Amino acid sequence: MLNEDLKSKLAEILPLISFEDGGEWLNLFVPPEELLPFVTQLRWTQGLDFDYLFCLTCVDWKTHFTMVYHFSSTLHRHNIVVKSKIDRINPEIETVSHIWRTAEMLEREVYDLFGVKFRHHPDLRRLIMPDDWVGWPLRKDFEDPVNMIRL
Amino acid sequence: MIEEIGRTTEGDLIINVGPQHPATHGVLHLVITLNGETIKKVEPHLGYIHRSIEKMCESLSYRQFIYVTSRMDYLSSHINNHACALCVEKGLQIEVPQRAQYIRVIMDELTRIASHELWWGAMAMDLGAFTPFFHAFRERENITDIMEKTCGARLTMNYIVPGGVMAELHPDFQKDVQRFIQLYKSKFEEYNELVTGNIIFQNRMKSVGVLSKEDAISYGCSGPVARASGVFCDIRKLYPYDIYNKVEFEEITETEGDSFARYLVRLKEMQQSIHIIEQLLGDIPEGDFQAKTKAVLKLPKGEFYQRVETARGELGVYIVSEGGTTPYRIKFRSPGFSNLSALEHMVKGLKIGDLIAAMGSLDLVIPDIDR
Repeated sequence: MLNEDLKSKLAEILPLISFEDGGEWLNLFVPPEELLPFVTQLRWTQGLDFDYLFCLTCVDWKTHFTMVYHFSSTLHRHNIVVKSKIDRINPEIETVSHIWRTAEMLEREVYDLFGVKFRHHPDLRRLIMPDDWVGWPLRKDFEDPVNMIRL
Repeated sequence: MIEEIGRTTEGDLIINVGPQHPATHGVLHLVITLNGETIKKVEPHLGYIHRSIEKMCESLSYRQFIYVTSRMDYLSSHINNHACALCVEKGLQIEVPQRAQYIRVIMDELTRIASHELWWGAMAMDLGAFTPFFHAFRERENITDIMEKTCGARLTMNYIVPGGVMAELHPDFQKDVQRFIQLYKSKFEEYNELVTGNIIFQNRMKSVGVLSKEDAISYGCSGPVARASGVFCDIRKLYPYDIYNKVEFEEITETEGDSFARYLVRLKEMQQSIHIIEQLLGDIPEGDFQAKTKAVLKLPKGEFYQRVETARGELGVYIVSEGGTTPYRIKFRSPGFSNLSALEHMVKGLKIGDLIAAMGSLDLVIPDIDR
């Protein structure tokens, strides 16, 4: 489905979302509390069928975090980027790991490196860093006096 | 992790495989809960080779960060470089010369063959056959020699740069590749005779680690792992980059989704790669091998995403730029990470020996998972 068709179809389903211009794929912002119902619709609505979550990450914008989800559909071959701004002091968002199983590990990685808490995640622990590590390495204000590589 | 060795309250045995174990091909640490010999739970512990490449890239320029990515999936380093170069080119809208595009694709396919060769030897070795490893390396050595002549390195080539490739091809390149193709074709039948048709090998691979099509999609699997389950996911076909839309090749898929299907997919993919190289090798156009670019690259403000097909699956490079000389945030979607997440689902309820077969067929490269 072309980006324009996708856009009009999504606007029908959820009037709250705001689109972002530019980029190769359709970019849209969803408020964090709307994220789970919205992506559930993306997954199960006929004609959308976004069954493949190929990238889940987070960007630290110093004032807030942006969760970025890249979805595609193996059925219709269209792609979409869903973003959600979340609070930086107490970052929390609903997990999507029960819809896309791959999200379980990806969310653990984001939790490990950014400290975003995923509500209702089955097993939210550190993945890469040691269990007793303090701090969130990929945050912009992270300073490690010992190991930080400065170039 | 020492305290995790022992027994659970139900009397199940907890054992550690790795981080120093030959079957994990690197520093992967699996904590396995066993009931007798039956696997109840597999829990990967990552991070033993985490170098925080994503964080490092935030302080490296768009020319420098490509060299770091060779160290992610070191068996497809050309393809990693290619992905990053394409992503930067997308941001800067650089038109890459035809000659460079041909060279890049040939190099990618050579890398893919070399990677699958290594996997083939290691896979057989995991199951107790040592000889195939030497057969695989006999052919692989030729590719690394070709790489050494042109790129100056055998493993981390760093040959593909934004705008094209770093240097002109070695004068012997075409002759060497031609000779390699001849050699490979004459030896390929040995692979089938030695391993594929072996009944012990087949018994250990068939119906082991079955992954259904729905699960492969849900777990975000890509590359040969997903294609063995019947998912059409070859990025070279779906979202062609460089001159992949001009070459003719087949997307190999199987439907069984077991370890043997994954084995067959990779074996056939090697032949497809040979087929691609044969189409391109004869008519590499003359011209520049690199487009003219500024000394300091500055990506415009925005977000850029590039997907490519590595030997392991879909690699995604996601660059968030603030308009500066370094990326604001960079994320590598590595194929091994998602493929590993499906491991527990694949091996639950099987015997511990099958874990090795299933894990071998996933073709995990740990630095790619940890980054």
